[in-house]
Amino acid sequence: MEAASIEALLERAEKGNLRALGRLLTLIEHPTPHAIQILERLAKRAGRAQVIGFTGIPGAGKSTLASRVIGALRRRGYRVAVVAIDPSSPFSGGSIMGDRLRMQEHASDPGVFIRSIPTRGVKGGLSTAALAMIEVFDAMGYDKIIVETVGVGQSEVDIINAAHTIIVVTMPGAGDDVQALKAGVMEIGDIYVVNKSDKAEANKTAAYLQFALEREDIGRRESGWKPRLVKTSAVLGMGIDSLVDVIEEHWNFLRESGWSGRKVEARRILMAKMMAESMLSAKVMEAHMESLGYLEEVARTGEGIFRAAEELARRAARKMLE
Amino acid sequence: MVMFDGEELGRIEEKLKEWREKTLPKWLERMPERMEEFTTLSDIKVKDVYTPLDLKDWSYLEKLGLPGEYPFTRGIHATMYRAKLWTMRMFSGYGGPEETNRRLKFLIQHGETGLSLAFDEPTLVGIDPDDPLAEGHVGIEGVNIASLRDMEIVFDGINMGEVTTNMTINPPAPVLLSYYVAVAEKQGVPYHRIGGTTQNDPLKEFIAQKTYVFPPEAAVKIAMDVVEWSVKNLPKWNPISISGYHIREAGATAVQELAFTLADGIEYVRQLIARGLDVDQFAPRLSFFFDSHINFFEEIAKFRAARRMWAKIMREWFGAKKQRSMWLRFHTQTAGVSLVAQEPFNNIIRTTLEALAAVLGGTQSLHTNSFDEPFRVPSEFAAKIALRTQQIIAYESGVADVIDPLGGSYYVEWLTDEIEERAWKYIDRIESMGGMLEAVKKGYPQREIMDASYKFQRDLEEGRKFIVGVNIFRSDDIDEIRNVPLLEFDQEEIEERQKRRVKEVRANRNQERWKRSLEDLRRAAERGENLMPYVLEAGRSYATLGEIMGVLKEVYGVYVEPPEY
Amino acid sequence: MSSLQSTEAVGGAVRRFKVLVAKMGLDGHDRGAKVVARALRDAGFEVIYTGLRQTPEQVALAAVQEDVDVIGVSILNGAHIHLMKRLMTKLKDLGADDIPVVLGGTIPVPDLEPLYRLGIREIFLPGTSLAEIIEKVRKLAEEKRSREEAVTGVGGC
Ligand code: B12
Ligand SMILES: Nc1nc2c(ncn2[C@@H]2O[C@H](COP(=O)(O)OP(=O)(O)O)[C@@H](O)[C@H]2O)c(=O)[nH]1
Ligand SMILES: [Mg+2]
Repeated sequence: MEAASIEALLERAEKGNLRALGRLLTLIEHPTPHAIQILERLAKRAGRAQVIGFTGIPGAGKSTLASRVIGALRRRGYRVAVVAIDPSSPFSGGSIMGDRLRMQEHASDPGVFIRSIPTRGVKGGLSTAALAMIEVFDAMGYDKIIVETVGVGQSEVDIINAAHTIIVVTMPGAGDDVQALKAGVMEIGDIYVVNKSDKAEANKTAAYLQFALEREDIGRRESGWKPRLVKTSAVLGMGIDSLVDVIEEHWNFLRESGWSGRKVEARRILMAKMMAESMLSAKVMEAHMESLGYLEEVARTGEGIFRAAEELARRAARKMLE
Repeated sequence: MVMFDGEELGRIEEKLKEWREKTLPKWLERMPERMEEFTTLSDIKVKDVYTPLDLKDWSYLEKLGLPGEYPFTRGIHATMYRAKLWTMRMFSGYGGPEETNRRLKFLIQHGETGLSLAFDEPTLVGIDPDDPLAEGHVGIEGVNIASLRDMEIVFDGINMGEVTTNMTINPPAPVLLSYYVAVAEKQGVPYHRIGGTTQNDPLKEFIAQKTYVFPPEAAVKIAMDVVEWSVKNLPKWNPISISGYHIREAGATAVQELAFTLADGIEYVRQLIARGLDVDQFAPRLSFFFDSHINFFEEIAKFRAARRMWAKIMREWFGAKKQRSMWLRFHTQTAGVSLVAQEPFNNIIRTTLEALAAVLGGTQSLHTNSFDEPFRVPSEFAAKIALRTQQIIAYESGVADVIDPLGGSYYVEWLTDEIEERAWKYIDRIESMGGMLEAVKKGYPQREIMDASYKFQRDLEEGRKFIVGVNIFRSDDIDEIRNVPLLEFDQEEIEERQKRRVKEVRANRNQERWKRSLEDLRRAAERGENLMPYVLEAGRSYATLGEIMGVLKEVYGVYVEPPEY
Repeated sequence: MSSLQSTEAVGGAVRRFKVLVAKMGLDGHDRGAKVVARALRDAGFEVIYTGLRQTPEQVALAAVQEDVDVIGVSILNGAHIHLMKRLMTKLKDLGADDIPVVLGGTIPVPDLEPLYRLGIREIFLPGTSLAEIIEKVRKLAEEKRSREEAVTGVGGC
């Protein structure tokens, strides 16, 4: 019965029923057995779409730019899906998600599907759920999948294992000499965008970036691709077509060089690793709850706390094996 | 000159100390205070009693002066209401131009002294009644005006040389002003006798009122076109009404309302000076619009502080020389948001208190809300009571007979100073962001207001603030609500009529003149010229509101609100 | 229960209720919608706010794409009958009329009946406490989740 209804849902989603697709995404948001079942089925068919990651500091204009890029991709005939990751409130765990609002103009376009997902405490926000959603959209035949990250946290770097094309969005005056590009980001981008080039100082930022990219150590990716720089103004709609041209160029490059497949593999490996982590951490949680008495005692004296940790890990591992 | 000499102050201080240490504790033991802490509606903490000690270094001449003299704290006119009462200006309009024409005449007949037009949402955002987005909206929240033809009907039988008219209109302000001027031309009224106000205050659109159309820079540019043109052509027109009302109603505190409004004003003054205008040429035409909320003394203090601050800003920041340039002339509306659905007749009492505060605060004109405010635009019956409320205050209560009667009250003076000080802090903050246009683009006032409105809601929820019938003496009597007679009109019929008429207008105008006027307008916009002369010609040529705004949208783009919460 | 069944198992994360807070038509009154959105967030809901000037059709599609548990509409501009009719029709077309819809704002008492008849589950008049809103929205979300669980065996908590 359950299996049958999931089957029906899959079938309807495949036929383009948006409601069914929306439901499927909910079902795979948490790694339940159903989620596993669905993902197992779909992953086989996935692997065709270009996954485009937008990263960069909050406020750089990622969502606004993504909205423009969606429009341009649509005009080129692609079906576009968006996974928009928004921060959660650290207090209540609730959230008000705002990325969608900037892309809402596409809401009534049947060729665009936007799904928001809060970080739910995951640093950087690139959760198993986000990766699973990419898999589903890919299997459902979306040509381009845009992933917008929250743009904070070191695990932001995970995006390189999740996306084919990484767009690092920055803006003029976001701090001297591209301070905005925090540690690590200079090494990961396939395309650097100086957004808000309607503002003064855009040229300065662009020149600095260009200079940096000409350095041998950061000016080349493992695949051999040389990162590119594009200036845009998302509000005025300037530079969007050039950006999309480069996105396409990168995609062709990846496909011709065989790197597109390797990127899909990397994404799945990351997903597997993250799933494993969350399974384990769930077991640690369980073990933790069961051992509260013991832990409290150790904590009181302060003695043997590291041994306790080891014990906790062992108990969790045993549970996993049960 | 300070108010009290040192000796007297010393004696008061001693006495007060004794009172606090001996008298008061005994009383408190028997009669503890109702609340742990007393605050105004805007969360300013207030003490039990105010004395000359609270005005220690306070100088009468510096802080107050005399009515009609700098810093105008006591009023902008030396005669105030002893010579001329405030203008009783009731915000009104619904349905089509016919319905509104009738309502205006009804109000005039009952002693209203100035007109004020409320527009429906399609008009407010500049689209025609047959635009798909207008479907189901026409005429509900105000009058629908789609072309010069509609404006002709609104003012049919009303002599525009004898009335002054406020128009609550923002992005389409140049268009509605053009229609108004074009009708006046037809009535043969010379430009120097055309009087009234266009709200035309773009910054608060992004902050609070949300009928924005163009992006911030363009919106400000267009609004300043209207100001510049009016200053040069319509000497009696107030081309802008810098509005705190909407800011307050969206959830701001009194301090925020005051600070953000003045900061908007500062931005406009800078913009106009940058156009090469002389301060004393335009400043006398700037007008303001405030809210009068339910915390009585706080509102009075706010109005008084506002006058003092603006006078200082104009004289000291911008070097204005004319007294008139320093006047903060303002319209007031009682707080719609203080009126509730539960036991709706109580709203009459709330409005009375708020209107009284506005009068004691020295307003130049006043709208009083109707008790049916939480349900629909006012019925004739409710609007009449609201107007009568003002008339009773004016003619029966005697409060209008003495100028600034609360001047010198220790509490009111202390509160006036306190509000002023807090407002300056906000203004400093906004200045450091590069002025209000920049602050608005950053979402700063928007966030401040949202925080304040959420805090207020939580205070209600948790019993720190009260609304009778809502969270104290709660009433769930739905029948009492059902019995309120609401304004009835056939919305669908009105929408059809307006759609029909706009189509007729499009079919019957001089097509050549119309076409040329819009082409000229587009070119002027592209060249960055003052748009007013071109919009006026388009208006005269029966270009519709949606057509004119459409051309401008193509040139300037449209604004989409960033997510702020 | 298999090791993956409990939602608690997902790194301690719970499946939170998801609500769409929507403004439709030309209505710019957003004070109430924003206050309610914040209150829901602080009560642990995941909230998606559509922003102003949405068509009912856009709102319905957003609800479907986000697969929300409740749609909360705020209308103060008097166009509620017209807008809600269109929203409910579009939801039906999309096969999403199982998502409960609630409405808040300026709603004259005589209009309550026709609105309920359109299938709107709750109408919150001005003056409703946040606590009441949170409670009723939560209840509707729970009901929807348990209906889904009955069908797919997959629920939340
Ligand atoms: C504040 C206000 C404004 C402010 C709005 C500021 C803002 N950014 O929100 C300002 C001054 C800008 C304004 C402007 C206008 N307004 Co106004 N405004 C009001 C007022 C006084 C209060 C509304 C309010 O915010 N209350 C406080 C909030 C917290 O309450 P609430 O929204 O009712 O929300 C509660 C419930 O309804 C419910 N709820 C609401 N939404 C939701 C959503 C969900 C999901 C849930 C679960 C619950 C829920 O829960 C909340 C908590 O209890 C009302 C009258 C009144 N007293 O209600 C008129 C009113 C709504 N406005 C009206 C009008 C006509 C206008 C204008 C068209 C005037 C004009 N011609 O220029 C403009 C239009 C502006 C626009 N862009 O659309 C009319 C509408 C008439 C009608 N419906 O037939 C009213 C009823 C006044 C009247 N009688 O004339 N307004
Ligand atoms: N001037 C200018 N502002 C922009 C541009 N793109 C985005 N913005 C503004 O920058 C702010 C942040 O945009 P958003 O897309 O939310 O950024 P994100 O946090 O990176 O997703 C918003 O106020 C946008 O309107 C641009 O090209 N020029
Ligand atoms: Mg974003």
